[in-house]
Amino acid sequence: MNHLIEAFEVLLDPDAWSGPGGFGARMIEHLWYTALALLISAAIALPVGLIVGHTGRWRALAVISSGMVRALPTLGVITLAALFVGIGLTAPMISFVVLAVPSILAGAYAGVESVSPATKDAAKAQGMSGWQVLLRVEIPLGLPLIIGGLRNATLQVVATATLAAYVGAGGLGRQLFLGLRTQDYPLMLAASIAVILLAIILDALFELSQRLLRRRMGLV
Amino acid sequence: MAIEFRNVTKTYPDGTVAVDNFSLHVPSHTCTVLLGSSGCGKSTLLRMVNRMVDPTSGAVLIDDDDVATTEPVALRRRIGYVMQDSGLLPHRRVVDNIATVPRLNGASKAEAHRRANELMEIVGLDAAMARRYPRQLSGGQQQRVGVARGLAGDPNILLMDEPFGAVDPLVRVELQRELQRIQTELRKTIIFVTHDIDEALTLGDQIVVLKKGGEVAQIGKPQEIVEAPANDFVAQFLGLDSARRSLNAAPRDGGGWLVSDGRGRPLGVVDTVPDQHTDTD
Repeated sequence: MNHLIEAFEVLLDPDAWSGPGGFGARMIEHLWYTALALLISAAIALPVGLIVGHTGRWRALAVISSGMVRALPTLGVITLAALFVGIGLTAPMISFVVLAVPSILAGAYAGVESVSPATKDAAKAQGMSGWQVLLRVEIPLGLPLIIGGLRNATLQVVATATLAAYVGAGGLGRQLFLGLRTQDYPLMLAASIAVILLAIILDALFELSQRLLRRRMGLV
Repeated sequence: MAIEFRNVTKTYPDGTVAVDNFSLHVPSHTCTVLLGSSGCGKSTLLRMVNRMVDPTSGAVLIDDDDVATTEPVALRRRIGYVMQDSGLLPHRRVVDNIATVPRLNGASKAEAHRRANELMEIVGLDAAMARRYPRQLSGGQQQRVGVARGLAGDPNILLMDEPFGAVDPLVRVELQRELQRIQTELRKTIIFVTHDIDEALTLGDQIVVLKKGGEVAQIGKPQEIVEAPANDFVAQFLGLDSARRSLNAAPRDGGGWLVSDGRGRPLGVVDTVPDQHTDTD
């Protein structure tokens, strides 16, 4: 219990937040890693997922391969990647993308598939091309699930981004690993709490955006 | 615009024959009803006109042009299509749903909305509905929006696939009446699919009674079909051989006649009966 109180004392200490290695800078780094990993993952997984959902082709392949990728232990992927690309941000970034892609992919194809076949048929019969059906009907109507996939991926990555520090990159993992090595448990705990807070805040933002979206689309 | 079905056949990969060697001429500016039970291929036939389904063999011609030579997307934008359960886009407001085809055809948003408002008036929708979403409308109102959307691109041809099948009987009769009114003004070439014989008799200038596989049981005007059913199938489908359409009239106390069917179910009242036998000049 003492560790926990001390951890909050660390978090409330302005000195712990300032400076290039402080919590503030590390948190921004942490967020930056998360955003970058999501951006790369979305660039890969969204187009693939949307096309799988729209055409219905390669669906089994997408399901099986993302299931297999999900089974990979992130620490193992980081270590393996670091063996090839060395210390730095590249190896953890690879593993974060591996972590995020399956969720985003699943959200994208599930979102497109969730649109009622009658609605798609009607849109086509009015004279929409395949692309128009995708962009104007399937994506807007599937958006809650598509964003749901991004939301899952974000939570996974923001929690896992601590591992970046394991191979020499920054983020809140720095404090965490520092605390671990120096047996400074309050510091370790403080870093963990900071990560948890980040995750909760991001999740709340997603919840908010999903609600706003549903209301805007008249789907509430 | 006249539509011609020329020996069309549709066979699905699993071997099901939806339509077998069907031919029909649909004259311009009239309403042709395809009447049959489910599985008779009537929707398949309808969907061949806008290439939602392509025939395995044979051809569909619009004004002597084979639709197979027209790019499907362009074809569909100049043919109105109204379906059961409206098929409206749930994330778009009523006005935007109606404006779909004008927008696809390149009209500006303002122009398309003006057209949509025009059509709302034509189909009898209150202007206040424009900003609503489809799910905030009743079934009957949704179907009106569906009809308005079908007409928005000012198509010469209107395809209607059981458009009033899912609304309650009272609303259905009202919608049929509205459609008749619209048709006397706009004079589109309409193909209307239904399994409801009364609807067919109400709306059809020409009725095509279909058996399984799109086999034609009879083609004729409503009157011809009721007066002279070509075969037992048609008679049965119309209920002509049942008590439903053999009518009796009995004099009423207050004058006029009470009409009932063969089972004694009262159907209505006739004020005067044309008497043919009293005068002999």
